[in-house]
Amino acid sequence: MRDFSYFRASSLDAARQAAALPGTMLLAGGTTLIDLAKCGVAEPDTLVDITHLKGLDRIDVNERGATIGALAKMGHIADHADIKSRFPAISEALWQAASAQIRNMATIGGNLMQRTRCPYFRGPANFSACNKREPGSGCSAIGGVTRGHAVLGTSEACIAMYPGDLATALVAFDATVHLGERKLLVDDFFLLPGSTPDREHAIEPGEMITSIEIPSSAAAHRSTYLKIRDRQSYEFAAASAAVGIEFEADGRTIRDLRVALGGVATKPWRARAVEEALKGKVLEPETVRAASRLAVEGAVDHGANHYKIELAPRVVARAILKLGETA
Amino acid sequence: MTSLPITLTINGHRHELEVDPRVTLLDLLRERLDLTGTKKGCDRGQCGACTVLVDGKRINSCLALAVSHDGANVLTIEGVARGEELHPVQAAFIAHDGFQCGFCTPGQIMSTLGLISEGQAGDDPERIREGLSGNICRCAAYGGIVEAVLEAQEQLAKSDRRTAA
Ligand SMILES: Cc1cc2nc3c(=O)[nH]c(=O)nc-3n(C[C@H](O)[C@H](O)[C@H](O)COP(=O)(O)OP(=O)(O)OC[C@H]3O[C@@H](n4cnc5c(N)ncnc54)[C@H](O)[C@@H]3O)c2cc1C
Ligand code: SF4
Ligand code: FES
Ligand code: FES
Repeated sequence: MRDFSYFRASSLDAARQAAALPGTMLLAGGTTLIDLAKCGVAEPDTLVDITHLKGLDRIDVNERGATIGALAKMGHIADHADIKSRFPAISEALWQAASAQIRNMATIGGNLMQRTRCPYFRGPANFSACNKREPGSGCSAIGGVTRGHAVLGTSEACIAMYPGDLATALVAFDATVHLGERKLLVDDFFLLPGSTPDREHAIEPGEMITSIEIPSSAAAHRSTYLKIRDRQSYEFAAASAAVGIEFEADGRTIRDLRVALGGVATKPWRARAVEEALKGKVLEPETVRAASRLAVEGAVDHGANHYKIELAPRVVARAILKLGETA
Repeated sequence: MTSLPITLTINGHRHELEVDPRVTLLDLLRERLDLTGTKKGCDRGQCGACTVLVDGKRINSCLALAVSHDGANVLTIEGVARGEELHPVQAAFIAHDGFQCGFCTPGQIMSTLGLISEGQAGDDPERIREGLSGNICRCAAYGGIVEAVLEAQEQLAKSDRRTAA
């Protein structure tokens, strides 16, 4: 790890001011940052430790929705009674993420900001070309081993998959990221790689995530997160789906539907085409399976990740049908 | 690099230390304090060999900067037994062959202590496996580990009942 200096922030303003300086990075749980510093990817001059700030770990749930402070731990949110009952997909996404140890360390601010697991990005010692790490240097993944790479939202510059589970659930339910006063929909917070894959979030130097807000909805209340992986636990998604549903009074006709995909795209991926195709329809397995194929419209594979194009619609369909069964 | 002063309570003993900000809790334990029971496997959060309890919660000490944990209360495998008397979790790992080479075992035991105090697993082997999935065992002693956790939970519940009575 390269040498850095350490500054423990005693107030939000002090943290933001310090973080505005070039070469400075915020330190929360450290589970992404220290990992990447060891890989030689993150090379901060200064770390601003925000973990000692008070009051930023609150979880408030009322009829309007949930507000979760940036320093709330993944494990704490996953296990929160009101989150479990009113936002099951959020709790389930967190339970299925990482390990108990990491969930005890990691904060949701850091969780949203986690970086791709692209092995070329993580391996600067062996792979010099990576547009995300070193703009203009090329992409080692294209033409390389791509089993874990994205099939949606890719560009010629970068095909790295966004690996987070929580943000996938957040984007399904129109959550917003609070950067102090400024608020952004999670969908707008994450950027497509395009020609600037090094820029992943609409966050400016000197800004900090202060909280996440998830509005209440009937669909969020009846929701689930289904994650398929290469091994049963402690693994990133091969494909995942956050789904929420609201039925008409008949209990079969779909009034509202939310669908987002994880593990297959360059950012948390809202599948609006599936939602629109099924709204107003009666929940039938054949209809659901056909509509779920729209989730991967426009997908492009790079060889070994082709399976994701087959897998993702099945995961979506299974999640929707599972929610239907509990009607 | 300038060293920074921190205070840690480790296995009940208070330590005032000067640390380089880059030093992880794991390296501090092993290399400065000679507490080598906590193991370094991957050094990247992927194996659980370095699991310790910080303020009662299990964490991976390889991804924790010591300086950020100033003031914390740390429990490592060295602080688990009471003198010569093994903790019920330790005894159960021995009774059920919950290990082969033993490298992952301190981490497995610390993680089990965390799991039990979280109260999530109950007596369901499937949930124990899920709750301990952050601890990889390359010898695949998983069968014995799950049996050990089941038995330890039972022993602890019994002694709880005895203390309550
Ligand atoms: C082995 C392993 C397995 C994992 N598996 C999964 C998984 O299955 N699913 C999943 O979703 N995640 C997984 N993760 C990722 C994990 O969830 C993230 O590492 C974690 O959530 C990051 O949070 P942190 O608090 O530790 O962030 P840090 O490492 O402290 O910070 C991460 C980044 O966010 C920035 N940052 C932190 N807080 C803020 C803030 N408030 N405002 C602005 N910027 C901020 C930091 O500067 C840094 O760049 C895994 C990680 C590991 C190591
Ligand atoms: S896919 Fe993106 S992150 Fe991976 S090597 Fe290519 S440019 Fe880098
Ligand atoms: S050494 Fe810390 S998780 Fe492997
Ligand atoms: S006993 Fe050998 S790694 Fe677990």
